[in-house]
Amino acid sequence: MAKIESSLLNIGYLETLSCQQTPLHRLDPRVKLLTTLVFIVAVVSFGKYEITGLIPFIIYPVTLIAVGNLPPGYLAKKILLAAPFAFFIGIFNPLLDRAILVHLGPVGISGGWVSFASIMIRFILTVSAALILVAGTGLNAVCLALERMGAPASFVVQLLFLYRYIFVLTDEALRLVRARSLRSFQGRGLGFRVVGYLIGQLLLRTLERAQRIHRAMLSRGFDGKIRLVRSSAIHLKDAGFLVGWVTLFVLMRWYNIPYLLGHLVMGLAP
Amino acid sequence: MSHHLVEVRDLEYSYPDGTFALRGVSFRITHGEAVGIIGANGAGKSTLLLQLNGCLLPQAGTVRIGDLPLNKKTLSHVRRTVGMVFQDPDDQLFMPLVYDDVAFGPLNLGLPLEEVDERVKQALATVGALHLKDRPPYRLSGGEKRAVAIASVLSMSPSILVMDEPTSYLDPQTRRQLINLLKTFQHTMIIATHDLDLVLDLCDRTIILKTGQVAADGPTRRILQDGELLHASGLEKPLCMQGCPVCPAGQSSANL
Repeated sequence: MAKIESSLLNIGYLETLSCQQTPLHRLDPRVKLLTTLVFIVAVVSFGKYEITGLIPFIIYPVTLIAVGNLPPGYLAKKILLAAPFAFFIGIFNPLLDRAILVHLGPVGISGGWVSFASIMIRFILTVSAALILVAGTGLNAVCLALERMGAPASFVVQLLFLYRYIFVLTDEALRLVRARSLRSFQGRGLGFRVVGYLIGQLLLRTLERAQRIHRAMLSRGFDGKIRLVRSSAIHLKDAGFLVGWVTLFVLMRWYNIPYLLGHLVMGLAP
Repeated sequence: MSHHLVEVRDLEYSYPDGTFALRGVSFRITHGEAVGIIGANGAGKSTLLLQLNGCLLPQAGTVRIGDLPLNKKTLSHVRRTVGMVFQDPDDQLFMPLVYDDVAFGPLNLGLPLEEVDERVKQALATVGALHLKDRPPYRLSGGEKRAVAIASVLSMSPSILVMDEPTSYLDPQTRRQLINLLKTFQHTMIIATHDLDLVLDLCDRTIILKTGQVAADGPTRRILQDGELLHASGLEKPLCMQGCPVCPAGQSSANL
């Protein structure tokens, strides 16, 4: 219970981070969203056994963390939280794919381990980019950027409402859980049957709240469309951010920079 | 200014599960009146309020707001005239930021952006919450949420304000501030509440609902002094009209 609470407080912290005033935060949300998308596509599009080609991409999260004044330790913890998903996707590769791919001195490394490492690197890169996007922009602004860029309005509204009410919902869930634990003794009443009731109860309350919210919206003239006022203009520096990073991603995608560097160094040494 | 008029005639409503909420309610509220609607739990207060801006439509009887009978055709006009402040501000504040929330109504009315901006700022300033405009609603205290919820309705400049339990969730001082704020409003006000002291402070007229019917309708001071009537309706005298526990017995502070 305490865990749920604290991890939610952490979401609040992400929101706090997004309210800073740094060059990163001042950029147009659309530009950041688009750059993040290109970054993710570039990272994901590499071949299965690629490791060296992925390494240079680390420059993007590192630069943004520095410019955006974001706490690396906190972001690392958030990444770790999601790590099990990627871990279990990749963990069977070493068992299934045993062909030796690389020799590091006397040790042969199988293709499975290489692809596993590749999956983990990609995971870290993409998740950190997404987290930085939210911490450097704010989820609401990201949603609005999505809408401006042509995402279906109903989808964006769902996302906005989810984000608005997740705090209210967890509050309600916490109250239920607390009320139960205060009246369960020696572990009685903590079984799955009661959990079922709690979830049912929560669903009913949520439906009721949804109805009340809908009424409140209708009372203020809601007609199916959410309108928001945001002044926005893409400035030169926004365009520069986008073009600069995308060019770099494309270069890093097409040219294996560590390999070229190695080649250069080896070429210099006779 | 006939559009400030609220007239309810023989209003009946029962919920889909068969419980009767309103059985023949009638009253007429004229321009600038402040009316308290009181009654025990389940007396039909909330149902009645939902009828006043068409969240629920009458099954029998009529609701007239100003010159218009309330029906599906007049719904949008009525909702513009009747500003509804719901009991739980979390239900009312559904937008990402306070500003967006207060702008929600005016934007739906199709007003030009400068006008919207002006209305939002004015509404927030009226309730003393202008400094909150860039905050997300879940980061506000109970009193701030309530103030913003009221601003979100004021921004549509309604002529009639309908409020459901405006003082719930508020600490005593915040409650007092809210009452002082409401006193400054020129709107026709309809307030459903259990806070009888609030009714005494704000409303000249009181309607008591009892099992879906009007049990009494008249000047607040007369009604709230009628101990028998109040008792029969599941209520009791406002605290400030009850005997003071510290003063010697019999010396009631109710010298109103």
